[in-house]
Amino acid sequence: MDNLQLILNAMVREAVSPQTAAVAIAVIGLNIHFGFTGLLNMGQAGFMLLGAYGMGITVWQGLPFALGILFGFGAALVFALVLGVPTLKLRGDYLAIVTISAAEIIRYVGRSSLLTDFTGSAQGIPGSQYTGPFRDLSFFPSGSLTLLPFNYHDVADGAVWVRLLGWAITIGAVAALVYLLRSGDRFSGVARNGLVVLLTVFTVLLVLFLFPLNYQWTGVSGWWVRFVAWSLVAVCCFVVYLLVRSPWGRLLRGIREDEDAIRSLGKNVFAIKMQALIIGGLFGALGGMVYVLASSVQPDSMGRSLTFFCYTALLLGGAATIFGPVLGTIMFYVGRVFIQQGAQVYVPDSIMNTQEAAWFSYIVVGIALMLLVIFRPQGVLGDKRELRFDV
Amino acid sequence: MSEHTNTVSSLADPAARAALTGGFEDAPGAAKPDPILVVDNIVRQFGGMTAVDVQHLEVQRGLITALIGPNGAGKTTFFNLITGFDRPTTAGKGAHWSFDGRTLDKTSASSVARAGMVRTFQLTKALSRMTVIDNMMLGAQGQAGENLFKSMFRPTWRSQEREIEAKADDLLARFKLYEKKHDYAGSLSGGQRKLLEMARALMSDPKMIMLDEPMAGVNPALTQSLLGHIQSLRDEGMTVLFVEHDMHVVRHISDWVAVMAEGRLVAEGSADTVMSNPAVIDAYLGAHHDTDLGDDALLSEEHMQELAEEVAAEEAEREAEEEAEGLR
Amino acid sequence: MGRTTAGLVLALLLAPFLVLMTSGSGSASAVTVLCLPKADETACIASTMGSRAEPIAGVDVILTAPDGSEQTVTTGDDGKWSFEVTETGDYTVSADPKTLPDGFELENETVDVKVDKLGGSFGAILQLRSEDYSAETSKTDEIIQSTVNGLRLGLLLALASVGLSLIYGTTGLSNFAHAEQVTLGGMMGYLFVNQWGLNLWVGGLLVVLFCAFTGWGQDRVLWQPLRRRGLGLTQMMIVTIGLSLALQYTYQYLVGARTVRVVQDNPEVSTFGPVTITHQSIVAMAISVVVLAAVGYALLRTRVGRATRAVSDNPALAAASGIDTDKVIRLVWTVAMGLAGLSGLLYALVVNGIKWDSGLQILLLLFAAVTLGGLGTAFGALVGALIIGLVVELSPVFGMPGDFKYATALLILILLLLVRPQGLLGKPQRVG
Repeated sequence: MDNLQLILNAMVREAVSPQTAAVAIAVIGLNIHFGFTGLLNMGQAGFMLLGAYGMGITVWQGLPFALGILFGFGAALVFALVLGVPTLKLRGDYLAIVTISAAEIIRYVGRSSLLTDFTGSAQGIPGSQYTGPFRDLSFFPSGSLTLLPFNYHDVADGAVWVRLLGWAITIGAVAALVYLLRSGDRFSGVARNGLVVLLTVFTVLLVLFLFPLNYQWTGVSGWWVRFVAWSLVAVCCFVVYLLVRSPWGRLLRGIREDEDAIRSLGKNVFAIKMQALIIGGLFGALGGMVYVLASSVQPDSMGRSLTFFCYTALLLGGAATIFGPVLGTIMFYVGRVFIQQGAQVYVPDSIMNTQEAAWFSYIVVGIALMLLVIFRPQGVLGDKRELRFDV
Repeated sequence: MSEHTNTVSSLADPAARAALTGGFEDAPGAAKPDPILVVDNIVRQFGGMTAVDVQHLEVQRGLITALIGPNGAGKTTFFNLITGFDRPTTAGKGAHWSFDGRTLDKTSASSVARAGMVRTFQLTKALSRMTVIDNMMLGAQGQAGENLFKSMFRPTWRSQEREIEAKADDLLARFKLYEKKHDYAGSLSGGQRKLLEMARALMSDPKMIMLDEPMAGVNPALTQSLLGHIQSLRDEGMTVLFVEHDMHVVRHISDWVAVMAEGRLVAEGSADTVMSNPAVIDAYLGAHHDTDLGDDALLSEEHMQELAEEVAAEEAEREAEEEAEGLR
Repeated sequence: MGRTTAGLVLALLLAPFLVLMTSGSGSASAVTVLCLPKADETACIASTMGSRAEPIAGVDVILTAPDGSEQTVTTGDDGKWSFEVTETGDYTVSADPKTLPDGFELENETVDVKVDKLGGSFGAILQLRSEDYSAETSKTDEIIQSTVNGLRLGLLLALASVGLSLIYGTTGLSNFAHAEQVTLGGMMGYLFVNQWGLNLWVGGLLVVLFCAFTGWGQDRVLWQPLRRRGLGLTQMMIVTIGLSLALQYTYQYLVGARTVRVVQDNPEVSTFGPVTITHQSIVAMAISVVVLAAVGYALLRTRVGRATRAVSDNPALAAASGIDTDKVIRLVWTVAMGLAGLSGLLYALVVNGIKWDSGLQILLLLFAAVTLGGLGTAFGALVGALIIGLVVELSPVFGMPGDFKYATALLILILLLLVRPQGLLGKPQRVG
């Protein structure tokens, strides 16, 4: 029981961590590229790195924080334009090869010892150099906070049955939420959306009741950065919702299905693909900025693997859905922690040590990605009907 | 140019059409009194092979013109070239074509469509994983909501969206697809997809519609209604250019026929004239001179086999072209 | 989940790798290691004086700890030196100039090492150069040496990229797991030759056969069924990414993050004028040339080769003219994986070691080579690989900072796509 509580605690900590939120934002961007428009952007980590560098370097050099954010977005915008112009008129594979190469070039340049004064080379820029202005924005009080202050300890002294019951209800709530999100048009819009919001709030509160988290209000990695990160996730979801239900979003899906057909209808396919690449890239840059707010700008932490993880998360949650990227990212990170912690706690060190448990969890990630694409390409939230037809 | 507005409505009358086409010269590249499309010197080579070499072609406004020719004659490639989906090898070296007085030499596929020349595809490009109505809505031109910045603010495009949907509903009803409005296009039959593609093209109010083998794969029952649709488009004043294999269809609905063989334009004329033209029979059948093109006896086993081989060869060429398109 | 369970799961998916799994683990001590880092206790700072080909013995290497204390060791016959440290921090390594061989000096007086965590090994290369070193005289020599190195890298890349290109040509799939197949070649070499003590030639042959077999098996259990299911190319590409991730971490799980070697003894070296090259490199280059020539001959002259090119050119036409495309694709997978394995084995011999991510590091170079030459054209991949190899090795000579040598190759790729998207040997008429 205690071990299980430990593992679950670790999972919940991972679920609410600012990094998870950051990757979720990047995956929301990737969803615009891959899920809605069918663009094979294999360099989302490059967009993230540019956002992180744009913000980190600017603030490190003593310029205002707002300018840093602007530079981060600017860098991603230029990157999208530079990559899009030569490749968006070609077949999809070219975009994949060029984006993955360009993202690697950015990483190599970031690592280069020539630019140590700007990028901190391979060591990167420590968070202490640029997160100050962000923390100064905090309107939270000082000290620390446990969420929820009222938690399972306060009910029957945290007896086993309280926790087991709570866990069962949590599972039920999540299942209901997923069912609701998958239900499509079976329920009317407003009632459904209201219920989704309510159920989400209830689930979050329940989880925090069962797994109370203690962080500083502000601090390097406290509630402030979590609050901002997850608020941004919500805003991003809303923006994507507005975008994809519009005629513009319809165009994106049309291009995904057959861009020649769209061209024959008099639409400027190149311009729309470019817009999609830029918008998704900006989400990527935002994700990169959030990613480094509670850590440091490390070029190697935003390499090819991160892009591949983004794809796994996207397919897990369900491409071309609004909440799929967020759910997928949370499931991805929580699942990985579960495997790693589980292996560490329950498998003796002589068979699998800490390092090996981490490697093992990534082997599972790779296999999961393969199985997912083969057997459940629509992910958790996707619509099976949409995928029934060959493109 | 000015008198065409008067002639358009009168072209619904078969006698008027016969009188008009009677005045055309029966020769490849013949001049027309009011051409909507004029093509000059379009050559397309794949490797060493010349797929298309059309020196001059004019398409009369307000008529149904059929473009026929044996397999591998370059008809689809020709379509691709003039609609901007492919570039002539002679681009910038004498290739020149214009639509409704507007030069299209350097125009992209999307601009060609916006100019009012909308095409369909041989292999239907219905957007399978979108609903029928979404397919239709994509056809409309000038949508404010397709602007990235306006798209997020629903009031800026809501009323236009309603108008477009009403128009789409009308067209769907006309093409007997209204009941399928909310189905995924991928669930439609082959013939229904052809209809959907045509209806979608009409959403943009084109001046000329180019149909690439509209009857291929359509069951006989639907064929009749498709033909009816095409004729009624003409009667409403639209110009139609279509590629077709089926001679009965060509004879039935076309006012004027242009014949391509081995990439060249070999004959023009009314359906009957063209089909008795020795050059055409030569091109079409090679050795089988004295057979009627509409003759069912042609469908003997031996002929079927030859046809099958020809089809395979053309499939291959088509694949190559598809691939070429894909690379762009 | 124990190691065996994990092994079983993987074994079911990729049965052949079990061989590596059951015999590869637990035999770390075979490679001479002077200092072994212990997790959370100690870290090692180690390297070799001189090159592995030309080790320099008897040099006093001095380590300065963050607190200013100094330690000294003398390099052994193999030129190796190492220090064990128990604290993280910034260390400095230098060498006593008096103990250096006559006529040599250090390129940099000191080298900084940042030990950021215990339990790892950290390298610090003290580069030697002749005292009469002068930029002008050595520039030409440097270019010649780098050209030879570039050709060597290019030939090795060509072995792998020809296969990658053939797979792309016949199936349309960009195989991201190709790099792991390269790594597999080196790893199997380590297992067969280093661990099992097989003769290098016999072991090498086995490696190639084994890798070819994994290609056959992959197509049999994975790719062919997926093609039959009608899985889209994009989805299949993501499957290759998943496979690539799973394989990388499997290697890491089995061999760890260390570099393993196929042969243990230091390679012999020959000098031809300005060019210094190991015998293994010469043999590797010769084998590459012979194998590539054989593949080229097979593609151009044999029936099956022509069939392959036909499928590559136009699958529908090929199928219509009676070619069994499935059979051709199976063969292409088999050959391509065999070639990738050979490439990995030779790579491991040439750079004297292979790591779990060795393949990953050259994956983008492979893609660059294939795209540069023209997607799907086997001979284009060959030309592209040679160009990429030369660019990577020569760019530092022409003033490009060493950090950027891979970046240069990728940049050239992107620039080329701007002006000639079909690649160097791609048929222009296939692009509109």
